[in-house]
Amino acid sequence: MNYPSELKYTKDDEWLKIDGDTGVVGITDYAQNALGDIVFVELPKVGAEVTAGKPFGTVESVKAVSELFAPANGTVTAINDELASAPEKVNQDPYGAWMIKIKLKDEGEAGKLMSSADYEKYASERG
Amino acid sequence: MAEASPTQRKTALNPVHRQMGAKMVDFGGWDMPVEYPATGGVLAEHMAVRTGVGIFDVSHMGDIRFTGPQALDAVQHLSMNDASRLVPGQAHYSAMLYPEATFVDDIIVHKIADEHYLFVINAGTREKDAGWVANNVGDFRCKAENVSDDYTQIAIQGPQAQALLQKLTDVDLAQIKNYWFTFGTVCGLENIMIARTGYTGEDGFEIYIPADPQISARVWHEVLESGKEFGAIPCGLGARNTLRLEAKMALYGHEISEKINVFEAGLERWCKLEKPEFIGKPALEKIKERGVKRTLVGLEMVERGIARDGYPIVEEDGAAIGFVTSGSVAPFLKKNIALAYVPLDRAEVGTVLNVEIRGQKIKAKVVPTPFYKRPKK
Repeated sequence: MNYPSELKYTKDDEWLKIDGDTGVVGITDYAQNALGDIVFVELPKVGAEVTAGKPFGTVESVKAVSELFAPANGTVTAINDELASAPEKVNQDPYGAWMIKIKLKDEGEAGKLMSSADYEKYASERG
Repeated sequence: MAEASPTQRKTALNPVHRQMGAKMVDFGGWDMPVEYPATGGVLAEHMAVRTGVGIFDVSHMGDIRFTGPQALDAVQHLSMNDASRLVPGQAHYSAMLYPEATFVDDIIVHKIADEHYLFVINAGTREKDAGWVANNVGDFRCKAENVSDDYTQIAIQGPQAQALLQKLTDVDLAQIKNYWFTFGTVCGLENIMIARTGYTGEDGFEIYIPADPQISARVWHEVLESGKEFGAIPCGLGARNTLRLEAKMALYGHEISEKINVFEAGLERWCKLEKPEFIGKPALEKIKERGVKRTLVGLEMVERGIARDGYPIVEEDGAAIGFVTSGSVAPFLKKNIALAYVPLDRAEVGTVLNVEIRGQKIKAKVVPTPFYKRPKK
């Protein structure tokens, strides 16, 4: 499994990339692998508020429906429309297939998230 | 990968699935492969069965054997189809019913010989079915044995299934018609039951070999090896479910249950009311006379969303009028489809209905079923 070191990670298996006051959000390699073939992604509208640890959308594999959890507080500034017609991109490239961009309420918040090394340990402990 | 819990049941092929890196899930108390990510995963498995061939371990299915002078009478009493029409080597779809005409289970009845029948039953209902049979055969000179643990059952499904299996058997498979079976040598094992049956909507075979783990593993690998030239891959319960859904084959606990009757489920074609007697017949005659209020329909999503088992069908004001029994992406048809119970006056093809998905009303329309029908040869 691949967990790029420049990203931050949540216990809900999302990644966060911080670029100034913008956060880019997606799901991890562990998550896409555990879900299997992803066939549906539902994202919020631009302008929606997201709350750290709370659901902001849904991802569905053939068998299961899973919620997406926000890694930080903020306002949605962009969504990846491409995933509506090509949800399989999440399996193919989980770090390229971002889901939402948010304007972070507090850039310091991300410091509380896991590093790539910590997340890798957390993921591997779950088998 | 999580270990199977000690209370979970395992088929003889369980170590082989784990060795192949299958993703394992609990299915009705069984530790079973849901998909094999290393060879493509559930979507690839579905497509392999529609366009080539796929291999399934379905040993979790149960088997009840009926033998004795009144075996036919017992089978007739217990099941809704007319087993007196079967000849040795022939099978048919049927069901065991409660007196209320709802489902104990759906089954395949095989006539092995005169005075010898075999029911193939569902995994999750094995014990219930065996108990039901034991409680209802007492009046007949017939022995009913639960022989579920005697067999490893391997399903070989897809347009290339015959070509694959023909390499491993001396039986001329072209002579076996759909829902017929025979006995022959498979992978050097004698007297193996080979049935042209399945749960995928595709052509295919199911073979019943001894449940010995070594023998089972050897046959599994030989079948996969023989299928290499046809692109054969192992398939899990995920693909089994999407395949049967495209073909509108019922799944116990979803389309059929102890709360749903034969007419609601649309399975009356396999129910022979002209038979003198069987459990559920008096109730069925009453239901036939007074009619049903709800029926099973096929839905295709019009708006974005996947209807899942249990989601309500709702009016514009949010009032529930029905429910989804199964729903998924249909990998071959490339649509989102579902089966649902709805009132009779909302069941016509073309009717637009709302499925409530996470609090939102998402439009779906009633479409003809089965969603997928295999091309005629």
